Amino acid sequence: MTSIVYLEDVTVNFDGFKALSRLNFFMDRRELRVVIGPNGAGKTTLLDVVSGRVKPESGRVIFGDHTDLLPLRENEIAQLGIGRKFQTPSVFVNLTVWDNVELSLRRASKGVFAALRQPDAHEERARIARTLETVQLADKADGKAGALSHGEKQWLEIGMMIAQDPELLLVDEPVAGMTDEETTRTGELLETIAADRSVLVIEHDMEFVRQIARKVTVLHQGTVLCEGPVEDVQGDPRVLEVYLGRRREGSDAVH
Amino acid sequence: MPKREAAALGIAAIVLVVVLPVCNMLPAGSPLAVSNFTLNLFGKFLTYAILALGLDLLWGYAGVLSLGHGVFFGLGAYAMGMHLMLEIGSKSVYQSALPDFMVWNQVTALPLFWKPFHSGAFTLLAIVLVPGLFGLAFGYLAFRSRIRGVYFSIITQALALSAWLVFNRNEMNLGGTNGLADFKTAFGFPLNQPGTQRGLYVVTALALVAAYVLCRWITLTRAGKVLVAIRDSETRVLFSGYSPAAYKLFVFVVSAVLAGVAGALYAPQVGIITPAKIGVLPSIEMVVWVAAGGRGTLYGAVIGAFGVNWIQSWLTTSYPDLWLLFLGGLFMGAVLFFPDGIVGALGRLTARARRLLTKRGVTGSTEITGPSRLEPGSRTASR
Repeated sequence: MTSIVYLEDVTVNFDGFKALSRLNFFMDRRELRVVIGPNGAGKTTLLDVVSGRVKPESGRVIFGDHTDLLPLRENEIAQLGIGRKFQTPSVFVNLTVWDNVELSLRRASKGVFAALRQPDAHEERARIARTLETVQLADKADGKAGALSHGEKQWLEIGMMIAQDPELLLVDEPVAGMTDEETTRTGELLETIAADRSVLVIEHDMEFVRQIARKVTVLHQGTVLCEGPVEDVQGDPRVLEVYLGRRREGSDAVH
Repeated sequence: MPKREAAALGIAAIVLVVVLPVCNMLPAGSPLAVSNFTLNLFGKFLTYAILALGLDLLWGYAGVLSLGHGVFFGLGAYAMGMHLMLEIGSKSVYQSALPDFMVWNQVTALPLFWKPFHSGAFTLLAIVLVPGLFGLAFGYLAFRSRIRGVYFSIITQALALSAWLVFNRNEMNLGGTNGLADFKTAFGFPLNQPGTQRGLYVVTALALVAAYVLCRWITLTRAGKVLVAIRDSETRVLFSGYSPAAYKLFVFVVSAVLAGVAGALYAPQVGIITPAKIGVLPSIEMVVWVAAGGRGTLYGAVIGAFGVNWIQSWLTTSYPDLWLLFLGGLFMGAVLFFPDGIVGALGRLTARARRLLTKRGVTGSTEITGPSRLEPGSRTASR
């Protein structure tokens, strides 16, 4: 199987603090991978490196078979087919729900002059409508995104990711602040998405991790501590130590 | 364009382009007559409105606050002014082919960069291209380096200050502090004739209508939605595959060109252009027009530019001491009490009135402005 994303020897240095330290990481195509780790382990930095927000001081980042991501800007990486979902819901609050999805739709060109010229064809409108159905926001299509609840905003953002039709989706703590019901629904959505693309999720909520994960990577101090199926990782003494060492109350984050 | 807005635009266009000039042609005693002075004053306000439209597109939609648009206004005005200076020829005070101020400054030959402005066609091109290309270069450097928010506003203010300093220098051969003035003709038409001024007014009114249609068209395309999206979350725009820098650059250039066109129409109608129109203060006043009128609506910018300046011309003649207090108060009021401007405040008032009326069971149409879609949103426009 070929990899969708491949990081080799990546080091990110924030003024002396090594957020990632000679990290090696790779994901297969069509894989749903969860990355866990204590605060400061470098989880979000990993997503930042892949999506182009942070440029590492050394190492290689390869997308697909041989696309080097390092010289590319964030929007170019997005156009290659890498979607990014942020931890706090990030939608366009002054636009309608429909417009939010419309802007996210995958297009050959997202330049100014293309955006001035082309109105949406029938096919594009159908895709937007389908996406809104998937995330159950069809009845709110004409309302401002700012009027949605927290959970709905998260789903809208996931819908925007679906519309973007990425090959690889990077998701940062999708269920933070959600009710149990919303969490379950979000898990289902992510699994739907993962059916035909690769998804990399960062999550703290272990119950949620058990719901969706097949393979888990534990990051610690900017490198991979261990990797494997959820059950194995949870029983790994090194993982327990990392979490226990940081939290006196116990290992509630990993049990 | 929504039907109601199109209808309102049509009516406004007929009043501005046809009715007012016709009233101006009536004999002076007639009750509907519009004096040459008033028409000329309106012509000046309309040039401000053209500039305000571009500023609103930039600030109200994309959330990019420029405190330096006086510079682009000045570039257009000086380009036009240079042509008008050369048109004077030897009819000037010193009866030299050179503009008077060059004679005072003992310049003996026309500087090279003045020469192309003999050509009317070149001048018209320069009015668009000089502010446009300057805006492109400045915007490219700023947006490419991801200078945004208040930092962008500060460097545009620095731009206004430095442009003001540069235009004040006699060595620039642009008339120094006194600027360019005493124009005699514009493209062959004598400027002291009411007919010429009326013609300039009509051209200005037409330019305003065209600028409005252009700006509205932009906001209705997907590019217009991207601009609003940039105001909401630039990061999300970036990760959705768009380059916010390219969109901001586009709208910055459009607004610079509109400002330049406004300046070019201003110079012959007012008869003078000096560095005082370029600096920090006039640039901030332009922002006040848009804030007072209401951001992110386009018509708010037009109403603001027109309204604030009308009040200014009335106050400065009747109560000269009050003007600055009023301007300051207006800005504070806009920030504290009506952040969505006159247009937004009126919209909220109408909405409240309508609610009261419906509560009492009174039905009937009380719609006046009704920009209800803009009420909550435009508060965040300065981000």
